[in-house]
Amino acid sequence: MAGNRELDTATNTETTGHEWDGIKELDTPMPRWWLLTFYATIIWGVIYVILFPAWPLIHAATPGLLGYSSRVEAAKEIADAEAANAPLDQALMATDISGDEANPELLAYATAGGGAVFRNNCSQCHGAGAAGARGFPNLLDDDWLWGGTAADIEQTVTHGIRYEQDDDTRFSQMPAFGDILSSEEINQLVNYVRSLSGLDHDSALTQEGSVLFADNCASCHGEDGKGSYDFGAPNLTDSIWLYGSDPDTLRETITNARFGIMPAFQGRLSADDIRKVAIYVHTLGGGQ
Amino acid sequence: MTDTADTPPPLYAAREPVFPRRVSGWFRTFKWWIMGITLGIYYLLPWIRWDRGPELPDQAVLVDLANRRFYFFFIEIWPQEFYFVAGLLIMAGLGLFLFTAALGRVWCGYTCPQTVWTDLFILVERWVEGDRNARIRLFRQPWNAEKIRKRVLKFTLWILIAVATGGAWVFYFADAPTLLKELLTGQAPAVAYMSIAVLTATTFTFGGMMREQVCIYMCPWPRIQGAMMDEQTLTVGYRDWRGEPRGKHRRRREMAEKTDAAFATTRAAGPVEGTRSPKMPMPGLPSGVGGPIPEKETLGDCIDCNACVNVCPMGIDIRDGQQLACITCALCIDACDDVMAKIGKPRGLIDYLTLGDGEAERMGAPKVSVWKRILRPRIILYTVLWSAIGVGLVAALVMRTDLAFSIEPVRNPINVVLSDGSVRNAYELRLRNMTGYDRTFDISVIADDPLAIELQGRAGAEVVVPANETLRQRIYLTSAPGSTASKTSSLDVDLQVEDENSGARAVESTIFHGKQQ
Repeated sequence: MAGNRELDTATNTETTGHEWDGIKELDTPMPRWWLLTFYATIIWGVIYVILFPAWPLIHAATPGLLGYSSRVEAAKEIADAEAANAPLDQALMATDISGDEANPELLAYATAGGGAVFRNNCSQCHGAGAAGARGFPNLLDDDWLWGGTAADIEQTVTHGIRYEQDDDTRFSQMPAFGDILSSEEINQLVNYVRSLSGLDHDSALTQEGSVLFADNCASCHGEDGKGSYDFGAPNLTDSIWLYGSDPDTLRETITNARFGIMPAFQGRLSADDIRKVAIYVHTLGGGQ
Repeated sequence: MTDTADTPPPLYAAREPVFPRRVSGWFRTFKWWIMGITLGIYYLLPWIRWDRGPELPDQAVLVDLANRRFYFFFIEIWPQEFYFVAGLLIMAGLGLFLFTAALGRVWCGYTCPQTVWTDLFILVERWVEGDRNARIRLFRQPWNAEKIRKRVLKFTLWILIAVATGGAWVFYFADAPTLLKELLTGQAPAVAYMSIAVLTATTFTFGGMMREQVCIYMCPWPRIQGAMMDEQTLTVGYRDWRGEPRGKHRRRREMAEKTDAAFATTRAAGPVEGTRSPKMPMPGLPSGVGGPIPEKETLGDCIDCNACVNVCPMGIDIRDGQQLACITCALCIDACDDVMAKIGKPRGLIDYLTLGDGEAERMGAPKVSVWKRILRPRIILYTVLWSAIGVGLVAALVMRTDLAFSIEPVRNPINVVLSDGSVRNAYELRLRNMTGYDRTFDISVIADDPLAIELQGRAGAEVVVPANETLRQRIYLTSAPGSTASKTSSLDVDLQVEDENSGARAVESTIFHGKQQ
């Protein structure tokens, strides 16, 4: 590759003697300022290595004289953001939580923050869109087991449901009627319960079913089967079924009962985060 | 080249200073005008006021980054209308093709900020230190009170211009009078001071110190435009078949011998003889106009007075032919025409000519009209494309409405069954009020089957959108239990937004999912 230097007639410049398939390289001197710029970058690099974390060692990089750390910076930014939000958090805790739009700015703050809390802590069971799943209530509809006001939701999130580590948890237990009633009686109850919400049923069995319902179920679910927020007893007359409304599922529910658990978030989330997520859930379309 | 083996060439070369001489003529006058207009626009534009009503800024041209708005006189661009900017950038690109195909590096020579500011800096330099000869003398003389005084004055004026340049830039991004007050009282945001500092430094360095180095070494444009010029492109060239063989006429030679008197005109742009900038050929173009020069008994028209070299801000010799360092500022045309007039020869030894014309003229063909070079298919095609995009943008501007919204169905979940068996769909509405006053809108739904409309957190179907804002609103559409809509998996529905006062309407279509999934 290296060959003889020669003079290029078009430019009056020497070639380097390097040639690639007939293309020759001119030996044009580079501008001095370019060289100085190059030296400046070297000096910059040396100073940077001294001042900032640079060389990777086994456990960490060299710390640098300035002690800069992106983690510390991120932590500071988070602390700054929290400090900036502190007045809003205080205002939120000082306000009566009604879920109404008394203060649009506060509501916007609460729903934005609550959305983040929900996606981190609630979406695992209730879904990112809060539509729930079998056994995990849909939070978008207008049907609530323990009440759907913002205050009710805040109470549920704070203390959980059937969460025995929390003394104030919402607690109720449906008996497993498989030990109490015969299979025939359970079948009559299934048909009666389905008749309450207008589902297909054997009307020959509902008469006996209604008597059994009044004796065994009405104390929690009510005479009319509309349920009660006090016991977390579902409304049996509407279109919404947490576990399903087909006869087999109902038979299973009555025979063995259900015992859905939601953990208490008191202690895991701050009081203002719980309030935010309660307000967020309240604004999803089903709040009362 | 045996001797170079012993003394290797230097690896780097210091910049040779260039001392362009003052010149007057048609092109110089034209460049003064362009400089005045472009600098005037740049410095004064942010100070023009434009009344848009109480809610909106009254600055005619304003880039409001914080609120994501661009104001340009009667036009207000929102982020979703960025295609206007894209269109303008495409027009700028095609404009460069157009002007390069027709007139070569006309952008470089007349309107490039590097050229305009360098011109301004040279003007200041000439005003403080005198014309070319005086500047060369000052450059050579040792440091003394006069040199220090002149240098300090020059640098001070340059820095003032540089600060004004950086300062004018930030006024495009905030209300100019307010920002000026804040800048002077030290209350402006840090980013304003930093922008001014950076732009002051670059203006001073590029306009005062680097000058032609920016064009030769930093700018990609000279490399690109070689591919965009052709044989029919007008560019600044030297009619070597007319000028060569060059030679000083008797009287010039006598003058040249009295070196001091003629020093100014017999030396090249730098303090030493010869051209200062390295001679680099234009990529893709022949370096000269080309072809052998017909044998001549007598000297050509070029008297080798070096006037063209002395006035060149790039420090090159145009007589070497087409080269990368030439920005086609045409000052050498003015300088040469002046000399030709004095020695009684026709003007145009250095002139705007095309490479193709050079070939023809060399063979004795007459000069070709400039218009013939401009009105050719390639130029017309670029002009048509450029105009078509311009017309398209104007049409889009005229036809756009100040009422626009988008409606997006919420997909997670696609629907919700309520306790009475009715089915509800949720939608995200974004309603833009692109006017300077608050507006009240009625939102309604148009569908084959009745659907109830409900706005999250509001009673009724009425919303107020503040001036110049976008409202985000969740909307619920609910079908009655057992209705057709509740049993249809996908029902086309239209959402209508109507201005309560003006009656202006906008309609967007979307889908209602009724059947349980």
